[in-house]
Amino acid sequence: MKVFDCPVIGRRPISEFDYVGEVRTPPMDADETTWAEYVFNRNGAPGLLREWWYHRPTGRWYVMERDTVKDEVLRFIDLEDVRYDIPA
Amino acid sequence: MPWRLLKHGLTSSHNEPRFFPESRPLKPHYDVVIIGGGGHGMACAYYLAKEHGITNVAVLEQGYIGGGNTGRNTTIVRSNYLTPEGVKFYDTSLKLFEDLADDFDLNIFYSTRGHFTLAHTDSALRTMRWRAEVNKHHGIDSEVVDRDFIAKEVPYMDLDCAGHSPVMGALYHAPGAVARHDAVAWGYARGAYNRGVEIHQKTRVNAIRTQGDRVTGVETDRGFVSCNKVVSMVAGSTPRITSMLGLQTPIEIYPLQACVSEPVKPFMDTIVVSGSLHVYVSQSSRGEMVMGASVDPSVLHSTRSSFDFVEGLTDKMIDLFPFMSRMKVMRQWAGMSDITPDFAPIMGKTPIDGFYLDAGWGTWGFKATPVSGKTMAWTLANDRNHELIEPFRLSRFTDFDLVGEKGAASVGH
Repeated sequence: MKVFDCPVIGRRPISEFDYVGEVRTPPMDADETTWAEYVFNRNGAPGLLREWWYHRPTGRWYVMERDTVKDEVLRFIDLEDVRYDIPA
Repeated sequence: MPWRLLKHGLTSSHNEPRFFPESRPLKPHYDVVIIGGGGHGMACAYYLAKEHGITNVAVLEQGYIGGGNTGRNTTIVRSNYLTPEGVKFYDTSLKLFEDLADDFDLNIFYSTRGHFTLAHTDSALRTMRWRAEVNKHHGIDSEVVDRDFIAKEVPYMDLDCAGHSPVMGALYHAPGAVARHDAVAWGYARGAYNRGVEIHQKTRVNAIRTQGDRVTGVETDRGFVSCNKVVSMVAGSTPRITSMLGLQTPIEIYPLQACVSEPVKPFMDTIVVSGSLHVYVSQSSRGEMVMGASVDPSVLHSTRSSFDFVEGLTDKMIDLFPFMSRMKVMRQWAGMSDITPDFAPIMGKTPIDGFYLDAGWGTWGFKATPVSGKTMAWTLANDRNHELIEPFRLSRFTDFDLVGEKGAASVGH
C-alpha cells in the first residue's frame, strides 16, 4: 500500500500521512483496572482495524478501516461515527 | 566441500547425520507444549530437558525451525541497555552466548566486535552517559567515547555525516558481538532433541483448550494434544495465540525490515548503530553488510518488504559511509515485531493457569535467546516467575509498573 485513495483530497502518497493508531473510546467513569486496560492494551490481532491517520500537508485527520494482513484500506469512516460525548 | 557435495550427488545414499528427525506422530499427552520453534522455543526446550529433567515436551512449529524472526534479525548481541532490569537480563544472556558453541559442540560464529551507538545531538549524548553509568554500575564494559576515539576505531566513517548531523560522541560497548542466528536455533534444537524433546515442524496450533481457568491441551492441524502447560514463544504471531484465550495484552505488530549488500572483502570489524539516523550495520562473516532501520510506521501482520525501507536506509547509510554508494543491495526482508509500550518483553505466568507467555520481543529478541530460554524453563518447572523476568510480567501494565527500556534498538523514542 503506497497510496491512499481519499474521498476528500484524492489519491495521496502514504508518506504524507502520520500513523496515529487504533480508534478507541475511553471509559469515562471507570476503576483503575479498566483505565489501565484502556491505556495499555491493544487489539493486536490480525484483521480489520479502524485507525487514525493524520495528513500533514493539510492538517486533517482521517479514520480508515484497514485490513492489517493485506495492508489494504477498505473504507474511510465518517468522523461522526467515531465521535463520543465527554460528560459535563 | 563442493567435492563432498559432488560425491553425494553421484551416489544414491549417504550417511550425512540429520540434525533433527523426520516427522513422527504426535503423542496424546505432553507435560509441556512449546508453541513456536524459533530460538526462544528451542532454548526453552533445551533448558527444560538439561536443567530440570523435563523431557516429555513437544515443540510445535507451524513453519520450519528458526524460519521466523530467528532467521530474520541482524544477529547483534549486546547488554548496554538503559534500565537495571534490562541490563541484568541481557548481560546474563551475553554471558550464556559466549559458552554456547562449547555447550552445543557447534560453531555459532560468535564474534565479539565492539559496538558503537553514535550520538549526533546533546540530548543523545546525555542518554549515552546515563546508559554508560547504569552499565558500569552493573559491571558492564560500557563507556562514552569522543570523536577521536571513533575516528581511530572506525576510520572509514564520515564523522560529519555529510554535514547533516555530525557525530558528537558514542557509547562504546566492547563486548558487543554478532553470531550466526540459524546455528543458535539449530544448536538448541539438536541439544533438546538429543535429550528426548520432540520437535514437530509444519504443525500449527489452531486453538488452546481450557477447563475453567486451566489449560488442558492444544488443538493442532494434526489433532488434539493434551498437556499440563503451554508456553507461547511466537513473537510476531503472539496476538493470534492470545486471542485464542481472550487474553488482552499491549502487544502490537509492526514489521521490521533489514537487508544485506553484496559481499565484499572484510573491512568493518565493529558494529555501528545510530539511533538518531535509525540505522545499524555490521559486516557478516561472509562479507555482506548487514543493515537495518527502524520499524515500519504502521501496524501490519505481514513479512512483506518495501522499497521505502531501502531508500530511507541507504540514504542515511551513504551519509555515514560514502564509499558504500557503489555497493548493491543483494537481499531484503522483513519480520513481524511484537512491540510493547515500554520496549521490554512480556514474560512468565498469565491469569490462565498453565499458560505462559514469552512475547513482546519487538526488535530485541535474538540477543535474549539464551536467557529467555533459561528463565522460561525455570518458570515452567517451578510454576513461578524467575527473579530476572519478574519485572517483565504481564501484570505490570495493570500495576502501572512499566520498565521504560529506551536502550532498545530500532524503535523511535
